[in-house]
Amino acid sequence: MTDHILELHDIITTVNAGNNEEKQILKNLNIDIDSGDFITLLGTNGAGKSTLLNVINGSLFPNQGTIKLNGLDLTTLTESKRAKYIAQVFQDPKLGTAPRMTVAENLLLAFKRGQKRTLRLRNLHKHMLSFKQLTAQLPNGLSNLLNTPTGNLSGGQRQTLSFLMATINHPEILLLDEHTAALDPNTAQQLLELTNKIITQEKLTCIMITHQLKDALKFGNRTIILNAGNIVLDIKGDARHQLTETDILKYFTDI
Amino acid sequence: MSLIVSAIGQGLIWGILGLGLFLTFRILNFPDMTVEGTFPFGASICVAAIVHGASPLIATLLSLCAGLLTGLITGLLYTKGKIPILLAGILVMTGIYSINLRILGKATVGLLNKNTILTATFFKKLPDGFDTVLLGIFVVILVVCVLSVFLNTELGQAFIATGDNEKMARSLGINTDNMKILGLMISNSLISLTGGLIAQNNGYADVNMGIGTIVIGLAAIIIGEVAYGELPLIARLIAVVIGSILYRFVLLIVLKLGFSTDDFKLISAIVLALCLMLPLLKNKLNLGKVIKKGVQQP
Repeated sequence: MTDHILELHDIITTVNAGNNEEKQILKNLNIDIDSGDFITLLGTNGAGKSTLLNVINGSLFPNQGTIKLNGLDLTTLTESKRAKYIAQVFQDPKLGTAPRMTVAENLLLAFKRGQKRTLRLRNLHKHMLSFKQLTAQLPNGLSNLLNTPTGNLSGGQRQTLSFLMATINHPEILLLDEHTAALDPNTAQQLLELTNKIITQEKLTCIMITHQLKDALKFGNRTIILNAGNIVLDIKGDARHQLTETDILKYFTDI
Repeated sequence: MSLIVSAIGQGLIWGILGLGLFLTFRILNFPDMTVEGTFPFGASICVAAIVHGASPLIATLLSLCAGLLTGLITGLLYTKGKIPILLAGILVMTGIYSINLRILGKATVGLLNKNTILTATFFKKLPDGFDTVLLGIFVVILVVCVLSVFLNTELGQAFIATGDNEKMARSLGINTDNMKILGLMISNSLISLTGGLIAQNNGYADVNMGIGTIVIGLAAIIIGEVAYGELPLIARLIAVVIGSILYRFVLLIVLKLGFSTDDFKLISAIVLALCLMLPLLKNKLNLGKVIKKGVQQP
């Protein structure tokens, strides 16, 4: 019955439940995502964008509603169990990598994302060549830094590495939470181009939060705008091509 | 001379405790107070087993298992019970005090005329003090090898990642709660093993022998780091053991200066506090520059 890769039905999340500060963040949200969708997600601060991503990755359980991936009910699975299917890049470059471990060690950890970790030797050297090739196509010289602790890298390098770690194992769903927001404009643009290239190449299904209206229209095949916990626009195809930045701005203020 | 040999022997055995503490304090990044209960727990179980006729080797293995249990309890309180780690450790440490009294039956139990690992014929042949050194070297090598291999497995890497960046570890599918419990169990098993070995070396177990052990373990870690600076992970393990020996030398010097062993706890605390503040003091006082200037001037 289902040809959607990810289905969110009747999602409600509440903060401060039970006292008079109680507030609904997501208000009965429904989204169906098709395989290969590259969604750009827009909305004001507090609209519920990050909450939505957290509900999908499992770091936040919704108070109501169901989440299904390829028909499999994820609703009660913990974040570490969902990691088998879902990968994420955070906004803060510090969050995406282990600072005292080297670039190669981080890549190997990500390579085993969602797999059972046993007492088998990790055999890092066997992976070095493929890591070298993988990082060689990247713009910021990571291939020469494979044995450097990631704590010594720049924010841009770390974020590129985080992105590579998220995509190295072909996740079913890729979540990008403003992953270029902490970078300078040039580096941000570089990473966005890389993001677009890899997602298109690997045919990944992706939700990307952004605050740049231009990027939201330029990248991806579908745009969703959240306002105060509701979807106010969900658009793809020709209608989306005709949309301008001014059109989008209306959805931010209208409510 | 015999004092120095004895200091090295003590340093090596206490180094195992330092290695255990390293797993929680440096890799998982939190201080585990369970140590102060686990150490006498291992000693009590070991002594009680020997008194009841168990072979010293079995008794030593039992002391190792003791820490698996305390580590498990602290880990469950911390991860599943959501009790802050400091408090979880203190709770277990306090609870174990009563258990140790039950095991020993009284505050102190001696091993006079009993067989211990150190009374084995092989160790008997060695001159005084060297038996402890040899036992220490043997166990330290064993522990460092096992830890080195473990930290290089997929599981070991997941354990390191948990301490380094928990959020990332979870997002990569690592069950961080289990990693913390595992780390606490391995760490505490090394600490209770140290308790068992020290009890056999000293010839008794005492319910109060745990007081200050966390300071001794941390001192070994910090002195090792101050002495050797940045090192790869495996070398850091060895630095901890060397730090533990250096710490024994510090105590030896203090003793030679005329302080009594009663002052050890105070001095240990001061040494550790100074070492912990050293990076800060270095910056504040520009010690590096001062030292360079001193060298340049004729």
